[in-house]
Amino acid sequence: MTDTDRIEKTTLLRAPRERVWRAISDAKEFGAWFGVEFDTAFTPGAHLTGKIVPTKADPAVAKTQEPYAGAKFEIWVDRIEAPRLFSFRWHPFAIDPAVDYSSEPTTLVVFELDDAPGGTSLTITETGFDKIPLSRRKKAFDMNDQGWTAQAALITKYVASQT
Amino acid sequence: MSAGIAPVFAALGDETRLELVSRLCKGGPLSITRLTDGADVSRQAITKHLHALAEAGLVSSSRQGRETIWELETKRLAIAKRYLDRVSTRWDDAIERLRAFVESE
Repeated sequence: MTDTDRIEKTTLLRAPRERVWRAISDAKEFGAWFGVEFDTAFTPGAHLTGKIVPTKADPAVAKTQEPYAGAKFEIWVDRIEAPRLFSFRWHPFAIDPAVDYSSEPTTLVVFELDDAPGGTSLTITETGFDKIPLSRRKKAFDMNDQGWTAQAALITKYVASQT
Repeated sequence: MSAGIAPVFAALGDETRLELVSRLCKGGPLSITRLTDGADVSRQAITKHLHALAEAGLVSSSRQGRETIWELETKRLAIAKRYLDRVSTRWDDAIERLRAFVESE
């Protein structure tokens, strides 16, 4: 998972494509399974501020989300291309109220749907982990854009060598 | 992005520094002389990069006679790896909730 510049997940959902599309692209439906409540709709370019609410999809998970209930949750909608692609930017799972994420860069999350035998194929990619800010102590590192690929490969190699 | 991680990713975003970390990973701890061997940048530049890595907590140095010895701080790399793993796991959980949501009808 961490051997490229991205997190990528592909899964088969045993539901019609239009059902899955609604679940990811409608703010209310998205909120119901993700565990967040938005007060406006998803539209391209929109900045939505919601709050964490325990998910309705899984009681066990709902319990783990309970401590974060009410925490502010922001996304910036990027593209909505029915019934195929929905993307947004966010601070990755930024739900800890003790941390101020506003100065941090965002990552881009893309949901892509495709027809598949028996249902709908969903691919989620999250990119931009290499666009992390310089040290806040303002010791300017001359960061260039080598990208996450090499860094993650190195970390993976390192972790493998430890086991 | 959790606060302590940002400088680690930033420090690794440079080819020379990445190479230094890689060499320390394979053959560390190493003296500044060994680290400069075969490098196409000056000892001074290497030292500057090592200090940048130290600033992010990725390496540390000690004196051995007249030499400075550099060593990898393995804990910091592991923290970076864990951060990505955590985001990855949260997506796995979110997908299962989506699955329960759309497949229940």
